[in-house]
Amino acid sequence: MALRLNIRKTLRSGAQEFELSTVFEAEGRSIVLFGPSGSGKTLTLRAVAGLMAPDAGRIELDGQCLFDAAQGINVPARERGVGLMFQDYALFPHLTVAQNVGFGLGRGLFGRLDREARRRVGELLDLAGMTGMADASPERLSGGQRQRVALLRALAKSPRALLLDEPFSALDPLLRARMRREVRSMCQALGTPTLLITHDPEDVAEFGGTVVLYDAGRVRRLEAFSDGPDGGCTGGPGARALVLGEHFSAYG
Amino acid sequence: MPYFLSGFGPDFWPELLFPALVPLGLTLKVALTATAGACLLGVGAGFALSRRGLPGRELLDAVCTLPLVLPPTVIGYYLLVLFGRRGVLGQWLQEHFGVTLIFTWQGAALAACVVAFPLVCKAARTAFEGVDQNLEHAARSLGAGEAGVFLRVSLPLAWRGVLSGTMLALARAMGEFGATLMIAGNLPGRTQTLSLAIYDAAQAGRDDEAMFLVLLTSLVCILLLLASGKFLKLNPCT
Repeated sequence: MALRLNIRKTLRSGAQEFELSTVFEAEGRSIVLFGPSGSGKTLTLRAVAGLMAPDAGRIELDGQCLFDAAQGINVPARERGVGLMFQDYALFPHLTVAQNVGFGLGRGLFGRLDREARRRVGELLDLAGMTGMADASPERLSGGQRQRVALLRALAKSPRALLLDEPFSALDPLLRARMRREVRSMCQALGTPTLLITHDPEDVAEFGGTVVLYDAGRVRRLEAFSDGPDGGCTGGPGARALVLGEHFSAYG
Repeated sequence: MPYFLSGFGPDFWPELLFPALVPLGLTLKVALTATAGACLLGVGAGFALSRRGLPGRELLDAVCTLPLVLPPTVIGYYLLVLFGRRGVLGQWLQEHFGVTLIFTWQGAALAACVVAFPLVCKAARTAFEGVDQNLEHAARSLGAGEAGVFLRVSLPLAWRGVLSGTMLALARAMGEFGATLMIAGNLPGRTQTLSLAIYDAAQAGRDDEAMFLVLLTSLVCILLLLASGKFLKLNPCT
């Protein structure tokens, strides 16, 4: 994945104003945006996904222009071909686990699943060891299971990149460590590059790759760590030390 | 005491019940047509009003709410001006489709539709605004177009609210009087719905008939409310 990004966005709520103004270029199987809450990471992710249009600038993914304010280009989210995993998973409560996973594979206005799509859903559920829960409602699942469903749903259409919005912050610490490894190995197995945003140094250590440090709406620093031998990216202790050593204005 | 309450006399069926079936059937026909129209329009308008990016949203909302606060006679007069024989829409309908709404049951349905519309619109807007935006975003990122997002995510999650608004609309359409009188008149057998028939009977001093129609209307409304209450409770989704 090669991401070239140069965007500006101003948000106002009452007297408060937040300005996001970021420029960076990053390449690799794994890109991590790290920074304190409110530093503009999520906004950047939403801009890449096509859920928010910046005021100005340009976004390029793997050489394709997704957004260019000057040229009036704004590829709609549904055509960007990126998977998105939300912080709260955003599973459809009115659909079953299998229907959630197959949502992006459905055809027509009502999203009917053909036999090929159903086979793919079964395969993915099998991969995550969730075959027994295919017909369950997502509301009956545990936190880790919900995350698996959200991950499978995002990966079902074989996106060219998976965007993860603070994926592990809602889990308790023990489960967090497990899901972190699980998500990364699943993405590696399917060969999907990831763009992860987080404020947890452990996520940086696990996902590593290219680490972009955010602070108060700006990119503070960009550091590329070597790709691991298995084709994945491991920042390891070096990446953890990097983010722990930084001083962010939000923390005084 | 009205004589039919003292026991079902031999004249009960031919004199009270059979004539009442005509306005009752007409009322149901008008109310159901009006509700179907109000439901379609109200869901569309409510969905549009729930979108944050819509320009002039609050003004449009006020316009959509207007039939709820205006006296029915005002609405009836507007409809007469628009759909009357010399009205812009009335002439257009006459020329292109040969349809006249004045003094027809379709006119009564239009009047009832307009007064019932805000009830669906309001309920639908609230219901659509209650749908988590992230779910709609998730659907978009999974490749769904806006129509797909609406049909596969927004509507299935909002339909309970939409349905309760529709039930209120049905109740409102059943009881519609003022606007209907202005546009469709009070023609027995053609546009005389239950509420008009009651007014007519009471004015003419036919107390037994008025009382019977009042009780009949109450009974039908109670049955409708019971059915809708059961229907709403059956629904397991959000």
